[in-house]
Amino acid sequence: MENKATRNLYTIPYVIWVAFFVIAPILLVLYYSFQDLDGNFSLTNYRNFFTPIYLEMTLSSFWYAFLITLITLLFAYPIAYLLTKLKHKQLWLLLIIVPSWINLLLKAYAFLGIFGTYGMANKFLETIGIGSKQLLFTDFSFVFVSVYIFIPFMILPIFNALDKLNPTYLDAANDLGASRWTTFRRIVFPLTIDGVKAGCQITFIPALSLFMLTRLIAGSQVITLGTAIEQQFLVTQNWGMGSTIAVFLIIFMFIIMFATGTKRRRARG
Amino acid sequence: MDKRISPLSRIFLIIMFALLYLPIFYLIFYSFNSGGNMYNFESFTFDWYKELFQDTRLLIIVLNTIVIALLSALISTVIGVLGAMMIYKIRSSRTKNALLSLNNILIVSPDVIIGASFLILFTIAGIQLGFYSVLLSHIAFSIPIVVLMVLPKLSEMSPSLLDAARDLGASRWEVVTKVVIPYITPGIFAGFFMALTYSLDDFAVTFFVTGNGFTTLSVEIYSLARQGISLSINALSAIIFLVTMLIVVVYYFITRRGKKSPDLEVLK
Repeated sequence: MENKATRNLYTIPYVIWVAFFVIAPILLVLYYSFQDLDGNFSLTNYRNFFTPIYLEMTLSSFWYAFLITLITLLFAYPIAYLLTKLKHKQLWLLLIIVPSWINLLLKAYAFLGIFGTYGMANKFLETIGIGSKQLLFTDFSFVFVSVYIFIPFMILPIFNALDKLNPTYLDAANDLGASRWTTFRRIVFPLTIDGVKAGCQITFIPALSLFMLTRLIAGSQVITLGTAIEQQFLVTQNWGMGSTIAVFLIIFMFIIMFATGTKRRRARG
Repeated sequence: MDKRISPLSRIFLIIMFALLYLPIFYLIFYSFNSGGNMYNFESFTFDWYKELFQDTRLLIIVLNTIVIALLSALISTVIGVLGAMMIYKIRSSRTKNALLSLNNILIVSPDVIIGASFLILFTIAGIQLGFYSVLLSHIAFSIPIVVLMVLPKLSEMSPSLLDAARDLGASRWEVVTKVVIPYITPGIFAGFFMALTYSLDDFAVTFFVTGNGFTTLSVEIYSLARQGISLSINALSAIIFLVTMLIVVVYYFITRRGKKSPDLEVLK
């Protein structure tokens, strides 16, 4: 008869994956964060992280991530709300999701053209009388493109939450004399808060860590935690400092996940 | 519920949809521009497409990307299905949840962290950066999504189905291949397609673990875009858009086939 050992052979690939690609990388990042440039154990990187340069960068990274998440939410919620009222809502939802399947790089590249000096955005600004402006390589364009990229990921969970909402609650509120705003504030929003949380989580964490958007769209105007990690690893070759920033990013990620509760799949890129 | 929306809301939605698709069609529109830039449309031309198909280096990169995507999706699907079966069999809910949390780490981690930590891993393990490091990374970050797609299918499978198979004299192997696998096939397909899209979409992780000799499309577009605008990228994006649409439609019909979905009724 087969014994227990051979019966469990099929688990080997998965267990190897967990050990080598989940646990080992985290431990390695942690290990490297305690190494200085010469490969000795030290707390230099952590000391450096708490200097004004890095703290300011962390703060500005959080500020941009917050701004991006807030603006995305302000647009995504009404869109999701209106979508649930449409006749062929699943089809419309599919149309919202389709752009998120287009490679992120291509969308960023498109904005290089649109926001360029002679691009469409500037032509539009000229027609309405504001006149052309430097749009590319500003923090405005960075926030705009990020919102554009994250909005489908924000709409999806909010749409699902709104779609599950029992319409009889709204009728009840209406019957009891609640105004539309009160109904929204007291019933619709609290009941869809899980969707909002999931959407914010899916937006905030990547917004902290995207580095390719900042490089392509924002030039050197915006430095996020992600940009800093990429810089330390691939340009400066200071893996220790890069790992330290990564450790903090992981900590922030766990805090955000606990604050927003649900687990969701990551936005790509 | 009131199904109608006000004209103002309708205009808002139309503008939002237009904005959402504008960049994509903007790219495709200018891919036919003989002027060579993205702001002044001179005349209609297929030159950029011709140039694209004569650029053997780029075609090799496209081929690399497809090979990596297919191989990584295939391998991660196999390992992911095995992992899902393992998690499914664990009885203690604490161990199960712990394993699931480990499983989900790579899904919620930012790409930069995955890329940086894999770079350290490959360097320490002495794996040369290139095709194999990229392939291994893509397999690694696709496995958890396959597990998440397959596990619900396993859980909704009735245990009596397995008991019946065993009562009728099926061996363990037969139970798996003749009962379990056919039952969870939709989940396996979904996992495979998710792995495929993860791999095709990935930029950040590949950017970290790819050496000098090997590139995928995303990394190549990034380095081209950093140099400025080249309408070959536009032509390429038009083709990618068409292929993506094709994959979406194919996937839609594969998942819808043989199952009466409420979504389909909505679509009518």
